[in-house]
Amino acid sequence: MADLCAVVGVGQTKHASCRADVSIAGLVREAVDRALADANIGIDDVDAIVIGKAPDPLEGVAMPELWLADALAAHGKPVFRVHTAGSVGGSTAIVAAQHVMAGIHGTVLTVGFEKQSDGNAMWALSVPIPFGMPVHAGAGGYFSPIVRGYIKRSGAPSHIGAMVAVKDRTNACKNPYAHLHEPDWTLEKALESPMMWDPIRFVETCPSSDGAMALVIMSEERADKHAGPKAWVHATAMRSEPTAFAGREQVSPRAGEMCAEDLWRKGGITNPAKEIDVAEIYVPFAWFEPMWLENLGFAPRNEGWRWVEDGVTDIGGSLPINPSGGVMSTNPIGASGMLRFGEAAMQVMGKAGEHQIDGARKAVGHAYGGGSQFFAMWLVSSSKP
Amino acid sequence: MARRDVAIVATAQRPNEVGSTLTSVELILPVINDVIAKVGIERQKIGFWCHGSCDYMSGQPFSFVAAVDAIGAWPPIVESHVEGDGALALYEAWVKIQTGECDVALVFSNGKTTSGPIDRILNLQADPYMVTPLWPGFDSLAALQARACLDAGVLSEADMAEVAARSYRDALNNPIAYAKENVTAEQLLARPYTTAPLRAHDCGVPVDGANAIILAAGDAARSLAERPAWIRGIDHRIDTQRLGARSMTESSSAAIAAAKAGVGDDRIDIAELHAPYTHQEILLRRAMNLGEGTHVNPSGGALVSNPAMAAGLARFAEAAESVFSGSADRVLAHCTSGPMLQQNLVCVMEGE
Amino acid sequence: MSEADGIMRLRQPISVTYNWSAGPNATSHLNGLLDGTLVGKRCPGCSLVYFPPRNGVCPKCARILGDDVVVGPRGTITTFCVVNVPFLGQKIKLPYVAAQILLDGADISMQHLIQECEAADVRIGMRVEPVWKDRSEWGPSLENIAHFRPTGEPDRDMGVEAGAS
Repeated sequence: MADLCAVVGVGQTKHASCRADVSIAGLVREAVDRALADANIGIDDVDAIVIGKAPDPLEGVAMPELWLADALAAHGKPVFRVHTAGSVGGSTAIVAAQHVMAGIHGTVLTVGFEKQSDGNAMWALSVPIPFGMPVHAGAGGYFSPIVRGYIKRSGAPSHIGAMVAVKDRTNACKNPYAHLHEPDWTLEKALESPMMWDPIRFVETCPSSDGAMALVIMSEERADKHAGPKAWVHATAMRSEPTAFAGREQVSPRAGEMCAEDLWRKGGITNPAKEIDVAEIYVPFAWFEPMWLENLGFAPRNEGWRWVEDGVTDIGGSLPINPSGGVMSTNPIGASGMLRFGEAAMQVMGKAGEHQIDGARKAVGHAYGGGSQFFAMWLVSSSKP
Repeated sequence: MARRDVAIVATAQRPNEVGSTLTSVELILPVINDVIAKVGIERQKIGFWCHGSCDYMSGQPFSFVAAVDAIGAWPPIVESHVEGDGALALYEAWVKIQTGECDVALVFSNGKTTSGPIDRILNLQADPYMVTPLWPGFDSLAALQARACLDAGVLSEADMAEVAARSYRDALNNPIAYAKENVTAEQLLARPYTTAPLRAHDCGVPVDGANAIILAAGDAARSLAERPAWIRGIDHRIDTQRLGARSMTESSSAAIAAAKAGVGDDRIDIAELHAPYTHQEILLRRAMNLGEGTHVNPSGGALVSNPAMAAGLARFAEAAESVFSGSADRVLAHCTSGPMLQQNLVCVMEGE
Repeated sequence: MSEADGIMRLRQPISVTYNWSAGPNATSHLNGLLDGTLVGKRCPGCSLVYFPPRNGVCPKCARILGDDVVVGPRGTITTFCVVNVPFLGQKIKLPYVAAQILLDGADISMQHLIQECEAADVRIGMRVEPVWKDRSEWGPSLENIAHFRPTGEPDRDMGVEAGAS
């Protein structure tokens, strides 16, 4: 019943720990202008705008989409805001696509952003709650015990996280927009990196970034008339589950498995590892690469770490993961999911530049958020389904 | 126009109160269970859930995450959240149903408006570089707009008092309304200014509330409700926020949204307008060309109970209930967001 | 170049004060803490015991939790991390172990500190018990427990439960 739609333009900012040279509006507009230029359209050609970002206290502006209407020349247009925690960049792109799939709008602009240097991210991510016990230490303190659970369950050797980190940091050097450009990492050096949240080393954590990602999504009718490469959206999927309940599986949450199963079913994929050419998945701590390889149904249970060790997920491997450098190299929270979705689109459009995977025809964008409980994914392709 | 017929089939609202000691989860859980019980549907048949709320209302980043605890999200569900009023969550659910991915959706919203200084919190919606540091306050921005309207002769203080008197009197018939009073415009005009030219009765009463609505498509809607409230048109638009860059005496975004939603195609029996200030109701009526034959806010509206982030969805619930009961055939529900009616969502619903 | 050309950022502290509600369903749990007793609640749907009773509801069943159940005080570590990173608002000396502890009689683990042993000796399955602060410092908070420490009992095999909440 749903219409086809395609990504026809992708634009992102240069990501950095502090983009003091631009305001929030300037940051957003930098990505938007690049996406519009990539799509070869003007901002007046946009029918509606869908904005996503993570918690407003990160910058101290409540519902900033209202104020940003000016920067987006949105007067008289629909502006829609999504907030689904860390998965928000992915769910925002999906909500934008659905406006087109439902036949409501022909051209939708979507943008995800975060300007973490404008506030105190560590505070905003772990505000102490009355009556509780303040033992948290940011996101790392939450996720590191889960990583320990994975290591114990799978028998993975302790160097796997460092291997992923080195791969992603090396990949990021091929991506001019990436926040971290650190070409000198080796496995030996990474293993000497200090333990931050044991078993997570400093090198195995993501940076805190300012940045934005924007996409232009068009209906089939408009995209067909549009010159240039497109990323056709073959499938989208979202799933959520509660943060904590008795007996909850946190290493491989059921919501993630179901979301992936839904994506493969809708996209007609029966053997993901074989049929998918490249995937951009949300890996804020290096160990989540092998964990998500299993959760997504790429690798068998407890085997994900072997794929990392065997180089399967390297740019030259059979299933490259995060050739852009991923969240491990760039993490403006509200944009991180859309960066995954947009980088997947760039791969099948052949626009990924130095980190292009040759002949990529089908790619996956993945995002997750909260306590590994909100999942958003899409499957894009260089050709129509 | 929309490719699928979608209707509201059930609503639930909790009585509005001040100083609630419930957590947001405890506010939400009963209305979710209530609305599900009303249609007798199995939870697993709900294909999409969407929540509207605002982190700054509770002072807790990711505050909406706890709401997932209230909805029985196991096995995992298809779910999303908007940072804003539940009416926008309803819009997202309507879009989702239009794609054909699901037939039944549940939307809900909550606002504990009295747990923090709402006038100051909503101030954080303004331009963070040029306006917020001045801390003008949300009421003051509305007062600027009211002053401009008065000076332009668009409305009078008596007109504003008339809106309030009608709302407070209508609220006497609404068991969940918070403020209610058998009062006349003359009596209200004798009361002091709070933020001139606004008096207390010109400003919506901040309350704590929560509500939930079930949407369904086509035959599913007919099987779940005797007289569904069919959505005939729905649209939302935004204006610039910049003070001085927009007309304060009209709402162009409301006018566009109303035209797109087809408000003018036929008579509107009841219009539930989300107008947190009396002069804004008058501006909205003018923008949407609502005439004498339309009863505006028979529930008392947001003036008598304004649970921020839930007050817009409450308008949908009230409008739909008037269709369910047969007291109206063609109704309008509206939600506004941002200072001075910056963003407006308009929906037209009909009984069959 | 004027002075204004050099202004790239401005500092705008935002302060908002909120009233935080624990909610009526947390009352017996919080009163228990005032009394040195660990009180959880049982879900009338799935019969599992929640400690603490998160928002007073069972997220799986979407039901208000029912009967009070006294749990612990001893428990078992299901997973943990060693925190070496300083961050704003942290009140605890580095490095420290933050562990998920499944209290005896509870069905969901809670996070707390492990002290009185080397971080390197902490392991999944280790048995621990609470060390309470001086009663004069107590309030309606899990902070009444200063930390947990090893009991010296044999480890419990957590098996497939390792890493689960």
